[in-house]
Amino acid sequence: MIKAKPTNCQTSIIPNRTIIIMEITKEEELALKGEYGETLETAYRILVATGEATNAERLIPIKWAHLSGANYNTIGDAGEEFLSKLSKTARTRVMTTVNPIGFDLTNFSKYKLTEEFIKKQKSIVESYKKIGVIPSFSCIPYEIFDLPGGGTQVSFAESNAAIYANSVANLKTNKESSLSALASALTGKSPYSDLRKDETPNLTIRMKLKKPDELAFGMLGFFAGKVADNSVAISGVSKLDKRSCKSLCGGMGTSGMCGKFVLDDNVPGTEKVDFDKKEMQKIYDELNTADKGDLITLGSPQLGLEEIADLSSMLGGRSFKKRCMVFCPRAVQEQARKIGYTNELERAGCEILSDCCTCLTPLIDKNDIDSVTTNSIKGAYYLKNSNGVDVNLKPLAKIIQDDTQ
Amino acid sequence: MTLKVIVRGRSQGKILKTNMPINFLGSVDKKTGVINDSRHELAGKSIKNSILVFPHGVGSSVGAYTIYSLKSSGSAPYAMICKKVDLTVASGCALGNIPLVIVTEQEYEKLQNGKQITLDTDADKIL
Repeated sequence: MIKAKPTNCQTSIIPNRTIIIMEITKEEELALKGEYGETLETAYRILVATGEATNAERLIPIKWAHLSGANYNTIGDAGEEFLSKLSKTARTRVMTTVNPIGFDLTNFSKYKLTEEFIKKQKSIVESYKKIGVIPSFSCIPYEIFDLPGGGTQVSFAESNAAIYANSVANLKTNKESSLSALASALTGKSPYSDLRKDETPNLTIRMKLKKPDELAFGMLGFFAGKVADNSVAISGVSKLDKRSCKSLCGGMGTSGMCGKFVLDDNVPGTEKVDFDKKEMQKIYDELNTADKGDLITLGSPQLGLEEIADLSSMLGGRSFKKRCMVFCPRAVQEQARKIGYTNELERAGCEILSDCCTCLTPLIDKNDIDSVTTNSIKGAYYLKNSNGVDVNLKPLAKIIQDDTQ
Repeated sequence: MTLKVIVRGRSQGKILKTNMPINFLGSVDKKTGVINDSRHELAGKSIKNSILVFPHGVGSSVGAYTIYSLKSSGSAPYAMICKKVDLTVASGCALGNIPLVIVTEQEYEKLQNGKQITLDTDADKIL
């Protein structure tokens, strides 16, 4: 079933078939044959397929897996049943964290969710816990866990987190899928593909916008995802604040396959392409479909402590004129509560939600809401395509200017 | 014909081809297989029981579960043919046992929308 050869065979190409064969160990071969049970057989089957797909010569050990695929809204019944069955036998071999789920586990009764949704979502939570996953329910693991750094090999499925890991956090990961990261969690391994090596980008995007805000960086990311391969260089940007950086990672992960950027004005031998006003307008017109929103969402990626502090000071005593949902990890909310930021946000009328995010939330229903204002390109894409609501894109500074008093 | 086989298998069906990448999570209904992104070339069409020919997958890593869900609800393509393979499509097809191959640019150009073909990865053939 799988074209993987026994121990110690060299990476090779079978004549006329151009099938690159991954070198696998005796142990891995036995797992593939089902000697260690169905779970590991499935996990290795996924790793070999993804390894073949990315021309990896072998599997290598990883230290940390971050999974996507925890929201019942996205993985549905098939995913829920798969995880429930898997949890009977599967156990993680490395530190494993996981993406947001569909609602905040502490206040979901306030929202219009069906009994079935709640039941299925809770089943997914239990399955992950049983497998040994840390119930972090966050898409920004890089802001809530200690980063090993030093080029440590990890397996991050959440696309913004994978891009952040490779580009900012001095970690190395493939732009994993939910299933390849899960396979990594269960085996402690991942294919040694291009992004894990020190690959030089073959494309430079010249950032031509003056004084870009986080929305512009999100659109730059969305543009980069569309035009770049595995990795991309960005020129004309010397520094990125946290909000712009996360926006760039989120946008890039949404539109393409690209899993890494470097801020570098002089990568030799790269093809060049400009990101100017005209290109930005095209993306704006693609994602912005409304002049105003019925409600505001902040977070996709979820906000970290720095952004919560920033929001609190930007508000400066003003209050939102409409509903404003703020998404942040549980760990961040707890810290923010201790420091007092949450008081200020709640006073301003924010609904602070943890365990979940804008992206693919069931908490925004097109039967109740026509349009949403957000500064997130990633959020905009999924609100439009999955939730079916219109989107009004604005940078945070403009949201505060227009929508608070 | 040189195929790079990612997930093996044999299937017959009609080609449904697009030159636009597919974001499985964001634009495919996981129960029906209908493409619901109005800006996509295949908007409103179902990928169910087709030989889906597209450049590569993009976007959310959870798309792998979408592919698995399509298979579980009987709405998956019979097989997929890409120019480049991303981990989301590869792992989703691996779990769902959906044959998946990569072809060269020239071979990709030759694959015509609506044409009935047989894909046999063991024989390295698209007929």
